[in-house]
Amino acid sequence: MPHTVYFFGTCLIDTLFPRAGLAAMQLLRRAGVRVIFPQGQTCCGQPAYNSGYRDEARAVARAQLDAFPADLPVVVPSASCAGMLRVQYPLLFADTADAARADAFAARVVELSDYLVRVLDVRLTDLGPPIRVAVHNSCSARRELGVADATMDLLGRLARVELVEPERAAECCGFGGAFSVKQPEISAAMAADKARAILATGAAVLVGQDCGCLMNLGGTLGRLGGGPLVRHLAEFIWERTHRDD
Amino acid sequence: MTTEFRLAIGAALGQDRVRGNIRRAMDGLVTKRREAFPDPQERESLRDEGAAIRAEAVARLPELLEELERTCTGNGIQVHWAETGADANQIVLGILRAAGANAILKGKSMVSEEMGLNEFLQGQGIEALETDLGEIIIQLAHEAPSHIIAPAIHKDRAEVAALFRKHFPDQPPAQQIEELTALARTVMRERFRGMTAGLSGVNFAVAETGTLCLVENEGNGRLCTTLPDVHIAVMGIEKVVARLDQVPTLLTLLTRSATGQPITTYVNMISGPRRAGEKDGPTAVHLILLDNGRSRIHADPELSATLRCIRCAACMNHCPVYARLGGHAYGTVYPGPIGSILEPQLQGLAERGEMADASSLCGACAEVCPVRIPIPRLLNRLRYEAVSTRAASPTLGHGSRRLAVQSGIWRLWSWVCAHPRAYRALTRLLGLLRRLQPTRLPPWTDTREAPRLAPESLHRQARAAGFPDRA
Repeated sequence: MPHTVYFFGTCLIDTLFPRAGLAAMQLLRRAGVRVIFPQGQTCCGQPAYNSGYRDEARAVARAQLDAFPADLPVVVPSASCAGMLRVQYPLLFADTADAARADAFAARVVELSDYLVRVLDVRLTDLGPPIRVAVHNSCSARRELGVADATMDLLGRLARVELVEPERAAECCGFGGAFSVKQPEISAAMAADKARAILATGAAVLVGQDCGCLMNLGGTLGRLGGGPLVRHLAEFIWERTHRDD
Repeated sequence: MTTEFRLAIGAALGQDRVRGNIRRAMDGLVTKRREAFPDPQERESLRDEGAAIRAEAVARLPELLEELERTCTGNGIQVHWAETGADANQIVLGILRAAGANAILKGKSMVSEEMGLNEFLQGQGIEALETDLGEIIIQLAHEAPSHIIAPAIHKDRAEVAALFRKHFPDQPPAQQIEELTALARTVMRERFRGMTAGLSGVNFAVAETGTLCLVENEGNGRLCTTLPDVHIAVMGIEKVVARLDQVPTLLTLLTRSATGQPITTYVNMISGPRRAGEKDGPTAVHLILLDNGRSRIHADPELSATLRCIRCAACMNHCPVYARLGGHAYGTVYPGPIGSILEPQLQGLAERGEMADASSLCGACAEVCPVRIPIPRLLNRLRYEAVSTRAASPTLGHGSRRLAVQSGIWRLWSWVCAHPRAYRALTRLLGLLRRLQPTRLPPWTDTREAPRLAPESLHRQARAAGFPDRA
């Protein structure tokens, strides 16, 4: 049975990490899924929403409701944005004219690793050398959506990858979107502790489902120097399983 | 913008010893809590029950408080209502003056901190003697509690030993925890003698029976409520529960969430003063019900969930921000996640709205809250209230943190992201001009490398790779 899905790329991936988004779409396509990328998509609206600017967030969110009209799953390569679309949209649109539309849209949203594992049950052929990988499950993946297990399951399908989680794995990396700008000192302290825990794993690559966390941790590790490569899970898996023909 | 809070944050982050002390203690509390709930299913169903009991109490608050007043009065407890902390202080003072007391023994009470009671009494020439070990320590150090159940959590054993050496030079020097506790006990026992008045907080007040429930581990609380002639209990109005049969659920949630104990060493159920023929107990019991802004919180159907709180402190024990800052940096009576939703509402968003920003919304607090307060959701709501232009809202200081520049930026951002063509044009432009991207973007780049703009957006790459635009 052929699958057709929408892909919501997220604004962060769109502007800073498009390779992660493209890798995710290629993974889906290789698994036999027809992937639609609506050019009308922009941002989920979370930055304004978490800063208290709900009217501004709602205007942006409404544009996303418009951009994904058909009754198809919306696959999102970020647990944070998926959480916004799936969990927060119904709250954001409650008691508005778009409430029913937002509820229906929210129910179609799936985080990428969750989709690859639960819906597609993908098989991955690991072509890379043995490697130790540190996984950072985002707070949204772990707590808001509960998809951290799916991410671990997915990465576990790579035969030659040894997965490790840093000490205090469940603790936030300190990104928090606007938090990292409004409370930069606390954010930096949290990121520094997380970066040290990642370094202590001795992993060659840091992998996660959220580019916000990875941007925060990659930036911090980069400043410390000598840390692991930082990869979005889609890009990491694509690189490990893709054969250039 | 360097506010007082930001300065306090900077100072707190520089205190490695304090941070180490707090983290060690938090780790212990987190582990104990985890071990106290070995069965996740039982834990989750208990949390459901706890949330329902507390939600019921909050929903029925006015009628339950009236019932509590009736049943307490029937039990011989004298009930007083206080609108503000200052009112409550005056009530305490009146009771103490009438009893001829020039000192009062205090069991642990965060509401008394909210009232600023110790300072107030001191100004009236009345000595307030803390009896909880943690409270004794910080009273000696002239500090405020840095945690709602472990007020001296920021101090290590060596600091406490030094403090005791300084204040109790006549006592044999103590180093080990047991010795320090024994020393405090020796000193405190003497103080209990001949005291006329004692004060306590209240963990739960049962409307149905007029019973005040108090948990503690040191026995000092029971001494405060039974030894003196007069017992004054102070509570926030939200601590009422409907029925006695709801207390066991809340008790087990409270003690397991707070310290990982199946039950505290002492559980006190106070149902009135000494009755004829009884050999001990106070001859008068007073209950002071403090509002101090809680009615205002109650008026908002969503934010009123704040009032479910049973003060277990699990949220702060699991909070990554509290772990870095400790309690003092917040500069409020209630720190951590619960403080960050409660204080902006009690004191107003203009005064304390910044606390709601000091969260990455990671959700660790809501995951452990025994009464399922959706703390991240309420933080988000308070951020909205802080910048909202809505005409009416019960939240104090709503709209007070709206800045013209900031709201202008969000409006512009919103317009761009609500217009896909404009968004694509802008991202295209950013890609083309990426070489002009500054390498320094404070505060981000103060501690991190800056991410680099991609030359081609995913929108363009998806189209180039043949991914269709529509179904």
